[in-house]
Amino acid sequence: MIDARSEFTARAAKRILVFDGGYGTAIQNYKLSEEDYRGDLDLKLDQKGNNDLLSITRPDVISAIHDAYLDAGADMIETNTFSGTKISMADYGCEHLVRDLNVVSAELARASCERAEAKDGKRRFVAGSIGPTNKTLSLSPDVNDPGFREIDYDYLLGVYREQCDALIEGGVDFLLIETIFDTLNAKCAAMAAQQSAEASGRDVPLMISMTITDMAGRNLSGHTVEAFWAAIRHVKPLTIGLNCSFGADLLRPHLAALSKQADALVMAYPNAGLPNDLGEYDEMPEQTAGLIEQWLDDGLINIVGGCCGTTPDHIEEIAKTVSDRAPRDIPDAQTTTRLAGLEPFVMAA
Amino acid sequence: MTTQAQSGSAFVNIGERTNVTGSARFKKLILNDDYEAAVEVARQQVENGAQIIDINMDEGLLDAEKAMTTFLKLIAAEPDIARVPVMIDSSKWSVIEAGLKCVSGKPIVNSISMKEGEEQFIEHARKCMAYGAAVVVMAFDETGQADSKARKVEICKRAYDLLMGIGFPPEDIIFDPNIFAIATGIDEHNNYGVDFIEAVKELKQLCPHAHYSGGLSNLSFSFRGNEPVRRAMHSIFLFHAIPVGLDMAIVNAGQLDIYDDIDAELREACEDVILNRAPKSGESATENLITLAEKYRGTDVAAEKAAEEWRGWDVTRRLEHALVKGIDAHIIDDTEEARLGIKEAKGKPIEVIEGPLMDGMNVVGDLFGSGKMFLPQVVKSARVMKKAVAHLFPYIEAEKEKGAKGKGKIIMATVKGDVHDIGKNIVGVVLQCNGFEIVDMGVMAPWSDILKAAIENDADMIGLSGLITPSLDEMVTVAEEMQKAKMTMPLMIGGATTSKTHTALRIEPAYSGPVIHVLDASRAVGVAGTLVSETMADKFVGETREEYAHIRDARAGKTAKPLASLEDARANGFEIDEALKPAPPAKPGVHHYDDWDLNDLRDYIDWTPFFRTWELHGVYPSILKDEVVGESATELFNDAQKMLDKIIDEKWLRAKGVAALWPCWREGDDVVIYIEETEEHVRLPFLRQQIAKRAGKANMCLADFISPDGDWIGGFAVTSGHGIAAKSADFKAHIDDYSDIMLKALADRLAEAFAERMHAHIRSDLWGYAAGEQLTNAALIKEQYRGIRPAPGYPACPDHTLKPILFDLLGATHHTGITLTESQAMLPTASVSGFYFGHPQSEYFGVARIGDDQVEEYAQRRGMEVDTMRQWLRPNLNE
Repeated sequence: MIDARSEFTARAAKRILVFDGGYGTAIQNYKLSEEDYRGDLDLKLDQKGNNDLLSITRPDVISAIHDAYLDAGADMIETNTFSGTKISMADYGCEHLVRDLNVVSAELARASCERAEAKDGKRRFVAGSIGPTNKTLSLSPDVNDPGFREIDYDYLLGVYREQCDALIEGGVDFLLIETIFDTLNAKCAAMAAQQSAEASGRDVPLMISMTITDMAGRNLSGHTVEAFWAAIRHVKPLTIGLNCSFGADLLRPHLAALSKQADALVMAYPNAGLPNDLGEYDEMPEQTAGLIEQWLDDGLINIVGGCCGTTPDHIEEIAKTVSDRAPRDIPDAQTTTRLAGLEPFVMAA
Repeated sequence: MTTQAQSGSAFVNIGERTNVTGSARFKKLILNDDYEAAVEVARQQVENGAQIIDINMDEGLLDAEKAMTTFLKLIAAEPDIARVPVMIDSSKWSVIEAGLKCVSGKPIVNSISMKEGEEQFIEHARKCMAYGAAVVVMAFDETGQADSKARKVEICKRAYDLLMGIGFPPEDIIFDPNIFAIATGIDEHNNYGVDFIEAVKELKQLCPHAHYSGGLSNLSFSFRGNEPVRRAMHSIFLFHAIPVGLDMAIVNAGQLDIYDDIDAELREACEDVILNRAPKSGESATENLITLAEKYRGTDVAAEKAAEEWRGWDVTRRLEHALVKGIDAHIIDDTEEARLGIKEAKGKPIEVIEGPLMDGMNVVGDLFGSGKMFLPQVVKSARVMKKAVAHLFPYIEAEKEKGAKGKGKIIMATVKGDVHDIGKNIVGVVLQCNGFEIVDMGVMAPWSDILKAAIENDADMIGLSGLITPSLDEMVTVAEEMQKAKMTMPLMIGGATTSKTHTALRIEPAYSGPVIHVLDASRAVGVAGTLVSETMADKFVGETREEYAHIRDARAGKTAKPLASLEDARANGFEIDEALKPAPPAKPGVHHYDDWDLNDLRDYIDWTPFFRTWELHGVYPSILKDEVVGESATELFNDAQKMLDKIIDEKWLRAKGVAALWPCWREGDDVVIYIEETEEHVRLPFLRQQIAKRAGKANMCLADFISPDGDWIGGFAVTSGHGIAAKSADFKAHIDDYSDIMLKALADRLAEAFAERMHAHIRSDLWGYAAGEQLTNAALIKEQYRGIRPAPGYPACPDHTLKPILFDLLGATHHTGITLTESQAMLPTASVSGFYFGHPQSEYFGVARIGDDQVEEYAQRRGMEVDTMRQWLRPNLNE
């Protein structure tokens, strides 16, 4: 079998690929109880809300969501492991389950893909989801002590390494570092992912996705998308892009800036607009797809999916919209020296 | 030196001051653990144009790893520093790697080399790749540093090939082929400059995409202590090295000369040593430069001496020079010398003023009038003048001379209810500079006092000033009272809210004497001078009368604009998207801050209005480089920074503030606030636009931004004015208007900065709807954030009388010490208050003209008489 990188790249050269949508909303719809979450595990703390744990305790739910997205037309789905690190699992006293839940989640996603492939013979891909954790290397949580950090680089490297090792063990095709609000966290995660891949002896391409937290187009650590690209391009990601943030309309200028520079596939998966005051997303599938159409007109993307508030219906609508549209041309690799602080610094050749 | 112009290509300045091996000051700060001041060094470098900052902590007494990581983490918290890339500079790999773990962007590592062999070189290079850093490669191998061109080329090429072998991106390689000292007296060193330049030239061909850098200060090492020669050498070296490919250098950009400005003789001697040429004289190039260098040693000091040359001039010229340059160091001595000289000639002390001092001020006036001097300089000149006059005053009194009336006597006052006096003081100073005597009534001057002073002083005219809109009515009152008192002297009107139109429509008809609106301080002299002139006054007054009559005629009949009825305007109100309503605040209720750190506020200052206060027009920071006012603006800015340092270090001012968030809802055009503690409801009525709108444009009202189904609103009052009165009195006692005006202008800026800061605090913390917001000061100034903070008395909310309601809600006077005058001006003046609206669609607008229907209804909603209400809303009435 041809390796995942080559097949994914070849397919992306022909058309715009489709990624899956949000998991949080889909899980909420099942109205699961503490018992559903906990299963027969012996755990001290309440588990309701620990979505990653469902891969172990309610694999049927996770598989059903995977299947729904694949049925809707997704070429790639992500594992249910957004919070699958020791740091995030500490909130639920589940640090000891990190390896298991990543391995199991990868296997679940893989199994769904195989079912879909059995139906139509078309290969599907699994991206191992790596969230940002709720700790940051770049910012002090204490306004009175700007030099303070809750964690250090080496500790976070170990945390990510544990998750990456387990995802690769479970059989993911790619490692997707997503919802990046802190650029240094992302650089650390990417280093861990590269180390894990090297240790496994497999080529596991990286996918990198930043999230923008203000209208000026910066993430929480203050980097513009161009500065972010300069800071992360050394890991030679298979895809670079943006997710979450706000809706597709507000994401467009920042996506355009990235799309112009990056010599990698561009992937974007926006929220279904902005949440209303109840924290719900009201943007309808046709609306989201309609907004994404503007990206297509400008030739900005290679892979598109959805984030918070998007459903299989959104993905189906998006898949329809992109089906006959040309993917973005990847610009040639540049030999310009790009350095970065919070803003990019380009040296003349 | 603009390196851009010199090289024709982009040349990168790397800031060198955050380096303990290169800067004694920085080393001291770090050794003393004074990281706060060390961070400021980094900030200054970036402000001064460093595009990358080099950070080096290699010092035997330091734990370099700890110092490096501490410093990097601290500057990461400063967006105006962190915006540029860093260069992690150490000879120890462990320090470099510790630094790489703290840098979030893409840095440069300085440096790695083959000193310890290929294996370690490759290991370090791989790590730089893994961390994502560009790298400086020193031309250094197992046998030592490369000195000759051949060795430089050989080592760098070998390193390049090794790096290509491991897939290192060529564009991320920066070679440092070693700049060594030349003109050392050792013949082997003579060709080092050429070796470097030639090596770069050849490597440029051999190693595609790589860059070249160097530490310039080595070059001139043998001329330590002779800055003029060192600067010349550095500039000339760059002049020759940049065109062949040197792209960056660690250099103090401020200490380079412009190639063409270097003395031809010195330039040629430097060029001879750098390019290793035989000088025309036949001597060796080194000896030649060493001999010549003696001539330049200490020329910096000589230049300072030349600056003191004017002290040798005769006293009249010295006085003029001191006035024009605004130097007060010797003014008392010089004035005394002039007085004694005149006394000897049987003259009177007043002649010092009428003679040399007025002559000097006339020069200042001419320069100002022709646009060659600017307001801040004039105010400095005035300070010198006033000190001279103060020295002479006792002698003049002693001789019982009738205080010779200068050009005229002017009563100056900020009207009742208003407390803003910066503009009035500036005008006063400028008029004094031009020979007018000023009787300053201060602020909140009632009309009765103004009239009394005018009569008692036999004044030639009255000047009124005011900043807030209610002052306009008070000016009309003064004019009416002058009319009743049957006065005839001219009345000058000035201040931010005044206008020629208002003066023509409202003030002039109230008073039969001459009424003149004065646009700014620079016009004041001309106007006042004309008014006291026997030949020009009548003509000028007549022309002004005609002009004002014309303005009235032009507006007659068509002043009232067609407005939408209140009902229609309401029907066309703005509908917010309820879905975008911000979440309830994280920390509702009232929060007060007793002593906000002024240092924190400093970064939030919007400088553009500061320059406007001084009548320098332009946008900061480009105004500093403006062709016309740049020099003056820079000088003013430097003085401002110095005073700001003192304000902060010596705690001249204290910043107190209060902010609050309350649950509320909209009822029509009112917002009803619910106070939980007392279960009270407080109603805030707002005004709605009634001007005719194009289709699709709403008739806005602030209440529109609040949901009828429950929402949140905020309020704030901040001041940085506590402490100003004492300091201001102190300056006045020392006859220092310049510092007094400067202090008030800075306090105003700090108050505005505080309002900006508090708003950010609301968004990111207290309300918390933009917790992750990261905005530069420029972005804040452009209001690139969510939510607004309209203030009562400003266009979106023109009713000043909402201020007492806001103050009650906040307990503002209790928490901040700000009080309100009868015109609702805030005291201290350096205060800002307003409401917070958090909805993302909320925006600033001007209510503009409103109809009688709304005025009447609004008066009812406010519980006020319609006539009283009309008075407060005068600028918005449709008449």
